[in-house]
This record gives sequence, structure tokens and C-alpha cells, in this order.
Amino acid sequence: MTVSATLVIVMAVLYALGVFAMLERSLTRVLIGFLLLGNATNLLLLIAMGFPGVSPFYGAQGASDPLPQALMLTAIVITFAVSAFLLALIYRSWQLGEADTVVDDAEDVSLRERAEETEVALDVEEEDAETEDEETTDFTDGEVSPITAAYEAPRDGEARP
Amino acid sequence: MSLLVPLFVVLPLFGAALTLLLGHRSRAQVAVSVVTLSATFVLSAIMLVAVDAGTPLAVSVGGWPLPFGIVLYVDRLAAMLVAISSIVLLAVLLFSVGQGAADGDTDTPISIFHPSYLILAAGIFNSFIAGDLFNLYVGFEILLVASYVLITLGSTESRIRTGTVYIVVSLVSSVVFLSAIAVIYGALGTVNMAQIAERIDEIPPNVQMVLHIMLLVGFAVKAAVFPLSFWLPDSYPTAPAPVTAVFAGLLTKVGVYAIIRTETQLFGESDLNLVLAIIAVLTMIVGILGAIAQAELKRILSFTLVSHVGYMIFGLSIGTAEAIGATAYYMVHHIIVQTTLFLAVGLIERFSGSTSIVRVKGLLSASPLIAVLYFIPAMNLGGLPPFSGFIGKFALFDAAVAVATPVMWVAIGAGILTSLLTLYALMRAWNLSFWRGGDDAADVEAEARYGYLVTAPAADEQGERRVIPRVMTGAALGMVAVTIALTVFAGPLYEICARIGEGLLQPISLVQLENVEQTT
Repeated sequence: MTVSATLVIVMAVLYALGVFAMLERSLTRVLIGFLLLGNATNLLLLIAMGFPGVSPFYGAQGASDPLPQALMLTAIVITFAVSAFLLALIYRSWQLGEADTVVDDAEDVSLRERAEETEVALDVEEEDAETEDEETTDFTDGEVSPITAAYEAPRDGEARP
Repeated sequence: MSLLVPLFVVLPLFGAALTLLLGHRSRAQVAVSVVTLSATFVLSAIMLVAVDAGTPLAVSVGGWPLPFGIVLYVDRLAAMLVAISSIVLLAVLLFSVGQGAADGDTDTPISIFHPSYLILAAGIFNSFIAGDLFNLYVGFEILLVASYVLITLGSTESRIRTGTVYIVVSLVSSVVFLSAIAVIYGALGTVNMAQIAERIDEIPPNVQMVLHIMLLVGFAVKAAVFPLSFWLPDSYPTAPAPVTAVFAGLLTKVGVYAIIRTETQLFGESDLNLVLAIIAVLTMIVGILGAIAQAELKRILSFTLVSHVGYMIFGLSIGTAEAIGATAYYMVHHIIVQTTLFLAVGLIERFSGSTSIVRVKGLLSASPLIAVLYFIPAMNLGGLPPFSGFIGKFALFDAAVAVATPVMWVAIGAGILTSLLTLYALMRAWNLSFWRGGDDAADVEAEARYGYLVTAPAADEQGERRVIPRVMTGAALGMVAVTIALTVFAGPLYEICARIGEGLLQPISLVQLENVEQTT
């Protein structure tokens, strides 16, 4: 099976960028990352088909396989539907005044605080040891969401435009 | 008989379309959903009997010759799981109908609920009866997209937040699964499970290993196996009670089902059993330790769900026919019991307005019926002797003893420990929520015994107490009856499961599929 090097390189770059974008806290970037990943996977299916550029059933260099194209079409439709849903979700999240970032789970936070309290109670003598404020990801510093900058969320039952 | 097979996808999809059209007439919607799921239940029972007596069923959809078209394939395992999930789907549907009718359709858009629920059913059935990997992927996507809608139902702030986590994690696992399919197609030139099984030996072992691991990672996220399980306790508890119940019972089991197929019929030769055993031990222990740290019933149950998936992975890692049979039995037991527990917690939430074991107290005297509905499945999940949980765990340990490698002994130890800790977590909830009296003296005593768990402020807010309609109690009672039936009829059920185990160790062959198709 011959494989086009260009396709493989493009696929690898798309995968890398997709994973990078998905690691962000901003949902819009997660969506972009997902689209990149989806397209990378479609390319992978295309690569699995064999040498590109040959017609599906008849060709001078032999026929290329039509099945992966059918699989790709299905995968594209599914990606499309899911992206539409994600967009609706992002919009709803923005509407609720949450910006579009992923927030820490409330129960997890309360559990962490509870655990820290217990630790403090257990070793009182180490009280002056400096406590480091642990961030959950590298992306929490500063504003990561482009939407928060553009829109100030209404608070306390303020009327929505 | 093979005409039955596509009905499991067609009927719910048709019902979903019909309920969507009937959007504003909730009674008609309920009627359509109940009729559809009752029909699939009856059909699945017939199919189980037929498949168990004779040969597996196979249908090639659209009339394409066998290796090219979509193949639906039903063996004993698939038939059994379709039957069990029909029961669960029907019971949870009745439960949610009761809840929706009592709430007067105000805070949940019920008109969306029924179509999504039926599509979820179609996706679950499709995953179980898929005969090729790509159809399995489509089945996964159908059920996942429906579950995205259900988990964000009503789109309140907390549901959007937790739904996001769930959706993004599911998307990643789907991408991994699809990439695995592409790579498998590149290596083997097919996505048909029978053909994969035939050709897998022709490729080098290290390539086999890569394909195997890619598939397992994709499925392990869905099945919530240890390093990939952290999304589950975050996302399940905020969904509406019936939705959580059906997710907990069925969605992770679809992942486990896919892992069973991969391990037994696709990659019989390439051996990851040692890795699986270690992962199973970690899943059991880490999961149950998470449950102990929690003070909220739904979260406790979500963590026990993760830890009990470990038992099924453990059963698979043993690899003998007995062990796979025991795994099938454990899976059936766990689907039913976990759903029942979540339904019971749904009742507790309605009755007392909270599911925090710190806040809820005195339930035993206030509502003995809910106490019974919680107690029986809790004992069952903890694995106390008369119940099916004990039978399933005992069968697993028995199969592991027969192999008797050092890892197996460690896994048995971890299994017993997990079982005891499950009992501890569930009985602590029982002590605090059911046995603790309503007065201050009881609080002081509870604080002395459980310390920080009781003194810590609960993260959730006290909701309103609402009446419980008879339908909801009836559905929960029905599920408890099914858990007891699993114990009473354990003999015949276990015999079917033993046959499942033997059947799964023989790979599906294309010739066999063709013969099946001609004879039916």
C-alpha cells in the first residue's frame, strides 16, 4: 500500500493542533480542537484507503477502495451534528453568564477544602509551612475566553437586552 | 426469526419520530414510548429464547452480500443484554413518566425527553447487535448524542457545566475509537468483526497490539475504567434522577460489552490479560476509595459504579470460559442493581429534597417503603450472601482460583476488599440517612462517629420536598423485584451465562454467518 506523505504530515499536524486546542478551558477552543481532530481522523480514513487520486471503481493504477469514503461521509455527518450541539451548548453557557469556560466541580472543591482542613488539623506544628495555591491547569491565568472580553454578563436579575 | 433483529433499532427510531411529532400532547407521547419499549421487551424475550435454543442470528442489512454490507449479529450475549436493557429502559421510562406527570412539565421540557430517550434506546440496542466495528461506532454515536441531550435536560447552570465535561470526554473517546477503526481498516481491509477475527493472525504481533490498545482505550473511556474514569462521578449526579439511573445501568455497560467482544472474539490471540488484571484492581480500589470520601448519595453511587466496572474487567482478564460466563452474569446483575439504587435515590431526593447523607435523616421512620427499596439493592451491591451480587462475585473468584496465578490472588483480595468497602460506604449512608433520628442528640452522636463528614458544609442546596406518585414507587418496586428474581432464578440464568462464556471463546467466522443467514 502506497501512502501520500503530504496526507500523513497534514494529518499529524491536525491531530497535534486539535489535541492542543482541546486542552484549553475555553469551550470555543475545545470546539475548534474537536473539529481539527475530526478532520484529522477523516484524513486517517482516507489514508487507510490507499493511494489517493484514483477513481473508486476503475482506474489506470488500479481501483481505490470506496468503503472508507462511505465511512468518512458518515463520520463527517456525525461530527457536523455534534458540533452543532456543542455550539448550542456554548451559546447556552454564555447566556447563563458563565462565559464559555469549564468550571471546577462544586463538590470536588468542597471535598478538597474538607481534606485541607483535616490536614491542617492533623499537623498543627507545620502551620507556618507555606501553602501553595494549586492551579488545576496551566491555562487558568488571565482571561482565556474571547467572549468574556466582549460581553459583560448581567448579574443579580439585571434585565437582559 | 432473523427478521426480528433490525426491529430493535427500527422500532425505537420510529417511536422517536412519532413522539417528536406529538410534541405538545404529552399523554400520547407517553403512550407511544411505553408501547414501543414494551414491544421491544417482548421481542427481546422471544429472541433470547430463540438464540439460546438455536444458533446466533445474523442479518445483512440492505441486501448487500456478506462482507460488504452492514451486518447485524446476535449471539447469546447480545440477546441477553438486549433483553436486560429493555427491562431497565421500560422501568426507568415508567419512573420518569411518574415524575414528569407529578411535576406538571414545568422544569423539564418533557417534549424533548421522550424522543431522546427512544433514540438512546435505539443506540444501545444497535451497539449490542452490531456485527461490524463501524456499525458499533454508529450505535455509540446514536446513544451518545441522545445522552448529551438527556444529561443537559432543562439546561440549568449546573447541568450545562457537568454536561460539558461529559460531552467533551465522550467526543475524545469517539475520536480515538474512529481512529482505531481507520487504522484497523488500513491494516486488515475490513471492519467486519468476523473478518477481523479471521485475518488478525496474518499481521505482525506488534501491530496487533497497537490496534488492540487503541480500541481498548476508546472503549475504556466509555466503560469508565480506572485511569479514564474521572469524568463519570462529575457528570452523572447532576442529571435528572431517571436519566442518571439509565446512564449508570446501561451506558457504561455498552463500553464493557465492546471490551468483552474485543477481548474474546477480535483479539483472542494478542494477550493483554495481565495489564487488564492490574487495571481491574486499580479500578476497584480507587473507585471505592472515592465513594468513601463522598457525602452525597448520587456521588457515592457513581463512584461505586466505577469501582464495580473493575469486577467485569477482572473477569475478562482471567480469560477462561467460566470467567467470561461469570462476567456476563455480573454484568446483568450490575445493570439491574445499579439502576435500582439510583431509582431509590431518586425517591429519596423527592421525599426529602436532598441527597446529602449529612442533611437527610430519619428516613426509616418517615418512609419505611423507601428504606426497603434502598436496603435490598444496597445489600445486593455490597455482595451479601443470598443476593445475586454474592453469586456473581463468588463465580468470578471461583474462576480466578482455578487459574491461580499470583496476580489473580491479588485481584481476588482487591475484589473482597472492594466488596466490603462498598458495604461500608452504603451502610454509612444507611446509618446517617435512615437510622439517625431527627433530634440534635443524634447529630452529636453522628458527629462523634463520622467526624468531618458530618461537620463539613454540604455543597448542594436543600431542595423542596415533593410528593412521590405511585407510578414512581411502582417502577422502583418492580426493579427491586427484578433484582430478587436475579437471585431466585440464578440457576437458569447462570446456565445461559455459562453458555455465553463458551460461545464467546469461539470466534465468529464469516462462513458461519453466511450459513446462519441461509438457514433462517
